[in-house]
Amino acid sequence: MIDFDHVTKKYRTNIGLDDVSVHINKGDFVFLVGPSGAGKSTFIKLILKEINADSGTIKVGDFVVTDLSNREIPMFRRKVGTVFQDFRLLPKKTVFENVAFAMEVLHKTPRQIRKQVPQILSLVGISDKAHKYPDELSAGEQQRVAIARAIVNNPAVLIADEPTGNLDPNTAWEIMDLLEQINLRGTTIVMVTHAKDIVDKMNKRVIAIEKGRIVRDEQGQYGYRGEENFE
Amino acid sequence: MNSLIYNIKQGFVQIFRNRGMSLASIFSIVAMLLILGLFFVITVNVNLFTEVVKQDYDQVEVFLLDDTTKAEAEELMSVIKQQDGVSAVEYRSKSQALEILKQRWGESGYMLDSLGKNPLPASILISVDSLDNAGDVAKFAGTLEGVDDIQYYQETVDKLTKITNFLQIGALIIMIFLVVVSVVVVSNTVKLTVFARAKEIRIMKYVGATNWFIRGPFLAEGIIIGVLAALVSTGLISLIYAKIIDAIGPQVLAIVSSPLIPVGYMTSNMIIIFIALGASIGAWGSIISMRRFLDA
Repeated sequence: MIDFDHVTKKYRTNIGLDDVSVHINKGDFVFLVGPSGAGKSTFIKLILKEINADSGTIKVGDFVVTDLSNREIPMFRRKVGTVFQDFRLLPKKTVFENVAFAMEVLHKTPRQIRKQVPQILSLVGISDKAHKYPDELSAGEQQRVAIARAIVNNPAVLIADEPTGNLDPNTAWEIMDLLEQINLRGTTIVMVTHAKDIVDKMNKRVIAIEKGRIVRDEQGQYGYRGEENFE
Repeated sequence: MNSLIYNIKQGFVQIFRNRGMSLASIFSIVAMLLILGLFFVITVNVNLFTEVVKQDYDQVEVFLLDDTTKAEAEELMSVIKQQDGVSAVEYRSKSQALEILKQRWGESGYMLDSLGKNPLPASILISVDSLDNAGDVAKFAGTLEGVDDIQYYQETVDKLTKITNFLQIGALIIMIFLVVVSVVVVSNTVKLTVFARAKEIRIMKYVGATNWFIRGPFLAEGIIIGVLAALVSTGLISLIYAKIIDAIGPQVLAIVSSPLIPVGYMTSNMIIIFIALGASIGAWGSIISMRRFLDA
């Protein structure tokens, strides 16, 4: 599903990724761990083509991401759901409108939108908040809206960049349950995280990045002490 | 079609949700359009004035001595008619001259009734093919017997034309300058709106929105703001213009024998120009201000 083939990305002074090759299968649930500044964000940004690789090839599904032109990026992004630590909801749209927006982008008809948005909202468990604005919701609820938006178009891949970073432990677990449900429906999930106990308990594939290189790739444990940000 | 309605709807929603910003934008376009409108009103009226004056004054008026008989006058007319460049001659008696003046003064015409004796001379009106011939015709008429005085307006009209040309060019330059200034002002105001929503635009890009999809509602917003500003400023200018016409009053206008463009005619033309101008200023402003937010 996701292929990195000898991908290198250098910034002016430091290295983002150094000759990284990795394969993530369809339907996988992968944790991306490592110290801050190790290259996790570079990895995510390269997948989303927010930045361009210096060398190497990245494939996501049928897309050769490294070859995409600027015009093709929107088409590609529609196939990839994204969830962030800071939720990134449209503040002036209601919950319903935020989710509907992702469908409007795909030129779905109002009828399709009216049908599908409530289904997704009920899947993530916030049907009762459909007409609230993001700032009226708790952090956990906002992240649910973000997840609803990310999956409403049935993406093959969901990229989650520290989705539990702003949440208390209980809420974090609720979100993880939700992500696991989505994974069970067949969506490939790549999640960046610093949450040791989550990684340890979930017992999924863990890819550890340090100084731009993959230092460990195995099923199981977080492998670092505690939740410190290595700073 | 669907997406057009979507964009217009989103444009209105955005305007309403960013009321303060939208009002500021509308305000600045209205201010620009008011100044533009002032120049517009002045230019159009000066043009009209010049046209009227030109039409009135492609004539040479030859005033006759008071003791000239009708027969002598007719003899003079036939001589003048032979001249190059003369298209028509017309006799105007003393009483006709008074009648015309009365008419021109309109309601104030009764003041002329108190004159004991008609002081106006009889005259021959010579219409010339073009104003350029007026000088020669006048010179010739001056040599004829029974002619008291000659009036023609070539110099006056030449001067007037020069002045109006100058005014028109000046107004045009100022208008272009104002349009550029308003685009800059609007694009800066819209840029503030866009800047406030830079995060939203980034989010839209994450969801896979194309640049035109993102631009659509902002474009609609800019155009709606421009059109609203056009309506407001046309309304204001019409009101002010109507007040000015009222204040001057028809009598004064009749005496200086200069018409003004009627309010209705002015408004119906200005509203089209202003809507086109406002919409393009708004559209241009929002496209300029969004450019760097849509890169990458």
